[in-house]
Amino acid sequence: MKREGTPLRGLMAVAFKEAADHITSARMHLMMLLLLLSAGAAVYAAIGQIRQTTAQDPYLFLKLFTVAREPLPSFASFMGFLLPLLGIALGFDAVNGEYGRRTLSRILAQPIYRDAVLFGKFLGGLLVIAIALVTLWLLMMGLGILLLGLPPSGDDVARGLAYLLSTVVYASVWLALSIALSTVLRSAATAALTALAIWLILSVFWSMISPLAAQALVPLDPLNPITVLWQFETQQAISRISPATLYGEISAMLLDPTSRSVGPVFLGQLQGALIGAPLSTFQSILIIWPQISGMVAAMLVLFTIAYVIFQRQEVRA
Amino acid sequence: MSGIVIEAKGLTKQYSGRTVVGGIDLTVNEGEALGLLGPNGAGKTTTILMLLGLTEASAGTVRILGKDPMREPLSVKREVGYLPDQVGFYDNLTGRENLAYTARLGGLTASEAKERMDKALERVNLLQVADRRVSTYSRGMRQRLGLAELLMRRCRIVILDEPTSGLDPQSTNELLGIIQQFTQDGTTVLISSHLLDVVQSICTRVALFNSGRIGFIGTPDELAQRVDKASFRIELEADEVDPEKVRQVPGVTAVEPGPTGGWQVAAQSDIRVELARTIVNSGGKLKRLDAHRMGLGEAYTKFFEEARHEA
Repeated sequence: MKREGTPLRGLMAVAFKEAADHITSARMHLMMLLLLLSAGAAVYAAIGQIRQTTAQDPYLFLKLFTVAREPLPSFASFMGFLLPLLGIALGFDAVNGEYGRRTLSRILAQPIYRDAVLFGKFLGGLLVIAIALVTLWLLMMGLGILLLGLPPSGDDVARGLAYLLSTVVYASVWLALSIALSTVLRSAATAALTALAIWLILSVFWSMISPLAAQALVPLDPLNPITVLWQFETQQAISRISPATLYGEISAMLLDPTSRSVGPVFLGQLQGALIGAPLSTFQSILIIWPQISGMVAAMLVLFTIAYVIFQRQEVRA
Repeated sequence: MSGIVIEAKGLTKQYSGRTVVGGIDLTVNEGEALGLLGPNGAGKTTTILMLLGLTEASAGTVRILGKDPMREPLSVKREVGYLPDQVGFYDNLTGRENLAYTARLGGLTASEAKERMDKALERVNLLQVADRRVSTYSRGMRQRLGLAELLMRRCRIVILDEPTSGLDPQSTNELLGIIQQFTQDGTTVLISSHLLDVVQSICTRVALFNSGRIGFIGTPDELAQRVDKASFRIELEADEVDPEKVRQVPGVTAVEPGPTGGWQVAAQSDIRVELARTIVNSGGKLKRLDAHRMGLGEAYTKFFEEARHEA
């Protein structure tokens, strides 16, 4: 039977309320401070490095995002490591917090569907992430112009925008994960700890786990050299379960126009290629399209899990 | 009273094979105040949640204003307001902001919401503190804010689940006054409470839940009649009374000497006029004649004592 009205009724009211709550919350202020300090430090270090080592580079502006100076990692690496924290911070108590405050039954007794509540919470979080990242991106651009003394080219801006969108998608995966956990687990603290554990495993330990898993799944055969390739591809496939790996590959391709592949390259494939020649933005996006699709799919799967569980939950508080 | 606004037939809820609500039938008329009574775990809140469409019934049907709350939830929720036990608000928002949020969810325009909000806040005596954060509100103020939300929404039916739970007597009385306004406005009220005097002062009928079933539904007088045919106690003080003649008055079920002198007459109804006539006609001198109806509290206790014995 067709449902009465639209499931999106009240969606924007929920989304704007959530966004306003996040923006004014202490946890968001702390996260933004952390991101701004890290990003600022990374950019400052990158500019120092660029001044020292680069004489002439057509993609100088993009180097702001990728160049690192010891002991600081690059801006892109910082984002890959810290953005999950932002996503988790905005979502870990999205649903269980409503149970805890005993507001859910009162809200669901309003003339709206549950869809609007869950989707509104996701949208509110996404809105805040987007605002934060756009601000950060504009700050980066401004700092680049100011400190490097040159404007970004059209290609720089296009690549920067593609990177910005991918970054929003990456943070959304973690937001969807934390909302899913907040739906499954009734305790906000447990949801936060679980999300942090997953973040640690996927961001830090996954690069150690994936070679071990690949070795176990595809052992090397000394008499069959192709097993080296098989094992490498298996390791790469396993490592791509982590959104951090996907985001790393996307960043590398988008922010370095000379990058041509995210996988193994054979000499045969390089025949006729102009080594060091840059790819167009569109070609770079085509190469990392599976990674972007993978992150969007992960976000959708996690949100769908949260949606199905939330729709079936008994609401007594 | 006019048409039926709530109708449940064979309403059942099971959790993992355990029946929490076992096939209840319930009808509520427009403008009526019905009290849902019963011990904890008797199925009152689950029934309320099924009526609201927040929990799907395992079997049976519900019609709120002729609509199925599971199939047409928006129409039903537009007309039904719900105040849960220990109502929760967003502590970081002010009372007014909390109401504005639910007004937006309800589809009210900003100007409409403001006008209704001010009236509702004034009615529950919260207008002065409406711009303070809810975190500073007492329990009673939160409950009143919950009622303000219902007033703002102008619902035709309000369902109150333990609205006075945990409140001090003064807050309870304040809340009671506001709830009575709902009934005076012609709003249909369903109230679940353990405070039987609260229920008695508001409700025209009561439904007694026992182990997931409605064991009784009717007026408090009918309940008193059901648990004790002689639900009236008449204290009689007179000179030269012949208890045999008193016993013969229609409706009298027992006559016993009173603890402080005089007589205690058990009767099915208020028969003070007949008693006075009998005593005076038989030459007695009447000094005092007081009638006490069995209260809801006493009737409730007797009902569940009987139910325990039957079990």
